[in-house]
Amino acid sequence: MTDHIHTASADSPLRGAGGATLFEKIWEKHVVKTIDDGPSVLYIDKHFIHEVTSPQAFTGLNKRGIKVFRPQQVVATADHNVPTLNQHLPIKEELSRLQVEALIKNCAEHGIELYGLGHPFQGIVHVIGPELGITQPGMTIVCGDSHTSTHGAFGSIAFGIGTSEVEMVFASQCLLQSKPKLMRINVDGVLNKGVVSKDIVLYILSKISASGATGYAVEFAGSAIRSLSMEARMTICNMSIEMGARCGMIAPDETTFAYIKGRKFAPQGAEWDKKVAEWKQLFSDADAQFDEEVFINAAAIEPMITYGTNPGMGIGVSETIPTTETINDTDRSGLAKSLAYMGLEQGAAIKGQKIDYVFIGSCTNSRIEDLRMVASFVKGKKKADGVEVWIVPGSKQVEAQAIQEGIDKIFEEAGFQLRQPGCSACLGMNEDKIPAGKYCISTSNRNFEGRQGAGARTLLASPLTAAAAAVTGVVTDPRSLPNPSAGGALDS
Amino acid sequence: MSDKNLNKNGERESSNSQVQEPPFGGQGGFVSRFVPVNIENIDTDQIIPARFLKATTREGFGKNLFRDWRYYNDDESKTRADFPLNMSQFDGEILVAGKNFGCGSSREHAAWAILDYGFRVVVSSFFADIFRNNALNNGVLPVQVSDEFLQRIFLQDNNTELTVDLEQQTIRINSTGEQEHFDINSYKKTCLLNGYDDIDFLLSNKAAIETFEKQRV
Ligand code: SF4
Repeated sequence: MTDHIHTASADSPLRGAGGATLFEKIWEKHVVKTIDDGPSVLYIDKHFIHEVTSPQAFTGLNKRGIKVFRPQQVVATADHNVPTLNQHLPIKEELSRLQVEALIKNCAEHGIELYGLGHPFQGIVHVIGPELGITQPGMTIVCGDSHTSTHGAFGSIAFGIGTSEVEMVFASQCLLQSKPKLMRINVDGVLNKGVVSKDIVLYILSKISASGATGYAVEFAGSAIRSLSMEARMTICNMSIEMGARCGMIAPDETTFAYIKGRKFAPQGAEWDKKVAEWKQLFSDADAQFDEEVFINAAAIEPMITYGTNPGMGIGVSETIPTTETINDTDRSGLAKSLAYMGLEQGAAIKGQKIDYVFIGSCTNSRIEDLRMVASFVKGKKKADGVEVWIVPGSKQVEAQAIQEGIDKIFEEAGFQLRQPGCSACLGMNEDKIPAGKYCISTSNRNFEGRQGAGARTLLASPLTAAAAAVTGVVTDPRSLPNPSAGGALDS
Repeated sequence: MSDKNLNKNGERESSNSQVQEPPFGGQGGFVSRFVPVNIENIDTDQIIPARFLKATTREGFGKNLFRDWRYYNDDESKTRADFPLNMSQFDGEILVAGKNFGCGSSREHAAWAILDYGFRVVVSSFFADIFRNNALNNGVLPVQVSDEFLQRIFLQDNNTELTVDLEQQTIRINSTGEQEHFDINSYKKTCLLNGYDDIDFLLSNKAAIETFEKQRV
């Protein structure tokens, strides 16, 4: 099976009367009204906020003299600006501290639940929503943060918004939204050993480019997607924004229900049964119509890594960096600029590239499963000299669980530094920055120029590939290293 | 942009976006020279780097627009002579940029920085979704043109003016007369032409929203 893309033209058989897609089923249930030749007023079930994109929205409300309309549907946390060491001390950086303090004050004034620093539920907004059972199938979910697409892994419509839109949702629990086009990305077949969900999404990105899904809501489907855990599914939906997609989603199934069941805010008792019955209706009908379909062969995917400065610039770890002749059209014009920034050469092997920092964290790969995967892989191994390794759990709950399972000890023995929850080195905003010119293999989602700090050079990869580089000090195929623990990551 | 146009904060003297009326309603369209940034996939981390997102107001981001492309080593005394914002021959309230402009982070600070610097229109052959909305919500007009038309603009010299007519939904290269139609949904067009606000509109629909809430439980 080869990868191919099938675009429906206006009169192709893909369009026309037919069943409903997963997206349409949820969308229709949330339309309050539709404006002629304009957007719909879309009702929002859950609104997550954090300290960076909310202050101006609160100011806007205050100027209008109104309060948050449905504060019980808003959940807040502090994640972007928080330090990941010594979180019990006041935040040193003044502007960061002021922003976090503004969040505390605003939440108190408007009656919003805040899981701030020191709270046992604090963490990256896209990690805590699912782990607390707040994120559920069939919902509309927004946050002033592009990686809100993560929550779509539960079969919800979840997307990032700007601060003006945060203010709209505060004011009315609604947004003005135009219905996007629909794309389905089918990943079928069996994954190779050592290939994990991050590799799937980096592979898709390398095929369709960093703008390949702009204007679309993307549903991920196929046997390889179905076989993934919830955490692995979240990694994929998380990066759907890197393709430009409005949102990414996966139809809920038994894996989804089992993950949600028993979580703090999950429905209980009779309500649970009722909800599960509803959730079971959330799938794209067999005759549902998509504007575009993409087919990916899971068996063709190897551990992936990026070489450039957008997440679509990725290759298999054993491949060579493209040249102006071999690269796709989308990235051709930017190749020279990208490689100059990265200090890499056209046509060179990426394997063996020296690494200075390893960052395992971010809303893409900081859940307990990611930490377990890394721990099982590095057990009995040591980090290479001269490499700094930061493991940053996505939430206080992930951190607590890691300690309870003894994963912290494994990291300590390997020379990895387990820090406290937050966005950390995913973006150069808090104290955790990668110095200019240094190479960081990172499990985060963006390799843009300066993303991890001015001049920092980011190579995106899976937690396994990042862990392998931590051990060798260079870009390494994780499959080439022994994996001592039986039933470990490479066998899963 | 020559120094004469910049105040000590690196913002344009003319940038007082907060008090400007929506400029798109007048007769004859919006006419301005343009600043070309011929780079594709410009993400919002380039438009305004994360370290400048700590403010709790909407103002003052213009001085850090494209910060790491304007200065070497984050040093304002070391401007990069080859970056268009630093080139005295380019000026105007229209930013023309390569394909897939505004991808990445949802930070509205990117739109605020563009507005605060003094741009009212961004022209590209492709916009990322969230940026497009953020721009529109701040009275910055994203004009999406064909790849060919974009390249035609990049070929023009620095004195060329562009005319953006929102009413007619056209963009014209004044020196050559070449013109293209652009799309915008009619709701957003009405808002921009009249300075209407989405929040006022949503608030005026409170009754319908409350009815919707009651019906779904
Ligand atoms: S971890 Fe990174 S991508 Fe995720 S919310 Fe934080 S800054 Fe954004």
